[in-house]
Amino acid sequence: MKLTLPKMLQIAVTFVTCAFLLVPTLQSVLAGVTVNYFKGVSSGLTLKWIGRVWELYADSIFLSIWLAIACLVCTLIIGVPAAYGLARRPGWVSRVLEEFISLPLAIPGLALALALLQLYGSMKGFRTSWTFILAGHVLYTLPFMVRSVLAVLSVIDLKTLEEGAASLGAGPWRRFCDIVVPNAMPGILAGALTVVTLSIGEFNLTWMLHTPYLKTLPVGLADSYASMRLEVASAYTLVFFVIIVPLLMAMQWASNRAQRIAQ
Amino acid sequence: MRPNAFVQLCFLPLIIFTLAFLALPLVRLFVSSVSGEDGWSIYWKVVTTPRYLDALLQTVFVSLAVTIAALVISTTVGLFLARNEFRGRGMILSVLTLPLAFPGVVIGFLIILLGGRQGLFNQITSGHVVFAYTMFGLFLGYLYFSIPRVLLTVMAATEKLDPALEEAARSLGAGSFHVIKDVIMPGLAPSLVAAGAIAFATAMGAFGTAFTLATNIDVLPMVIYTEFTLSANIAMAAALSVVLGLVTWLLLVIARSFSGTTAAAGG
Repeated sequence: MKLTLPKMLQIAVTFVTCAFLLVPTLQSVLAGVTVNYFKGVSSGLTLKWIGRVWELYADSIFLSIWLAIACLVCTLIIGVPAAYGLARRPGWVSRVLEEFISLPLAIPGLALALALLQLYGSMKGFRTSWTFILAGHVLYTLPFMVRSVLAVLSVIDLKTLEEGAASLGAGPWRRFCDIVVPNAMPGILAGALTVVTLSIGEFNLTWMLHTPYLKTLPVGLADSYASMRLEVASAYTLVFFVIIVPLLMAMQWASNRAQRIAQ
Repeated sequence: MRPNAFVQLCFLPLIIFTLAFLALPLVRLFVSSVSGEDGWSIYWKVVTTPRYLDALLQTVFVSLAVTIAALVISTTVGLFLARNEFRGRGMILSVLTLPLAFPGVVIGFLIILLGGRQGLFNQITSGHVVFAYTMFGLFLGYLYFSIPRVLLTVMAATEKLDPALEEAARSLGAGSFHVIKDVIMPGLAPSLVAAGAIAFATAMGAFGTAFTLATNIDVLPMVIYTEFTLSANIAMAAALSVVLGLVTWLLLVIARSFSGTTAAAGG
């Protein structure tokens, strides 16, 4: 690599950007296991803060995992058949429908949450149950599932495959299970990992939809940032990183794989 | 069952869900905005009341600044990473895309660790360098989640550029600066416009980061939040949400017309 002035400039910008993104992340990891952050690492390392997080927020962690799984099940049931329908019926109606369900990607979560609250806020039983938060999560993650599956399905010659199976006597349901789903698997996997990752990290909608008895992981994070000492807040952030970073890496791997297939 | 009927049945769960949780709530949001005391004139009030207009302008201003900074930084880094092979490149790429899954609140907290009262800058400098809760802190927070998104778009676009064009320009005697200005930039332009629109729209609607950092700054999502929770001014909160939603949606439609991609909102 020959070092010219523009190249040195590029290296400098890359280095500063990496530092900007990485340093505070490492700080928070370190602060979460330091006895006294203000005195520095010399005060010793401890797992006490992680333990404290577990006492205070274990419920919110489990709620988030539960919500993510439920959200995944819903997006699979709604999204996979819908993607199949969109792939089989390309046309302007499908395009408008796809565009419409993608609105939650464009409209800020806060506005969507207000819309949901306006319509369902007075239905007390629903408003105060975990399914209300679930509806918000499904709304936000569904377009990712549909697009991910659709991207894979639209490069496959479904029509020919299905005609072949039909001529051998397979009904529509059988063809859906034995041809469509296996062929769409890379897209379903990428979509599923995206849905779980986004659901666990979702804050903008959830903050408006949650109740004091139903706090998700990111809601608990906001709570700890506002009211806990820095070490506890950092330890909680560390717990979040431990959950989200492997998910993100798996998601990126699966998405790249699905994209290669869709090309 | 007829095959046609089966395909139509496949749409059924989607249509029921979308009607119940997207279409009807959005209609209701709009109806709420015009059924307050002011009626339709509430939208006139948005642009004539200094508090709302200032918040709107302030949000546009910070989002614009973030967009420009993110484009400059991500294009520089993206071109460097796409055009050079070296050890640790994959590692750097992972570091730069890691924040994609961080919610806005976490990014706000990370900025506090940099520029808060117990933050890094306040510790290593003798003076009181506390910027987390200022406009600059908010700018850094928005920049934090914009860089990865823009970077991925730039790198994907760079990979599609033909390196032979750059070689040809170089062999004809063009210097690095001219290659970037006359060959690479025109090729990247559509993707940069798209990535910029996405960054701008995301910054406009970012709630989580503003929630942790903008305790004293009126940006649009915070104004909506306080109107709704503290002032119980439902009509105004709904009207501001409608304006915000329309602006971000239009921007992303424009972005898509320039290139085929849209990334996730969030922050």
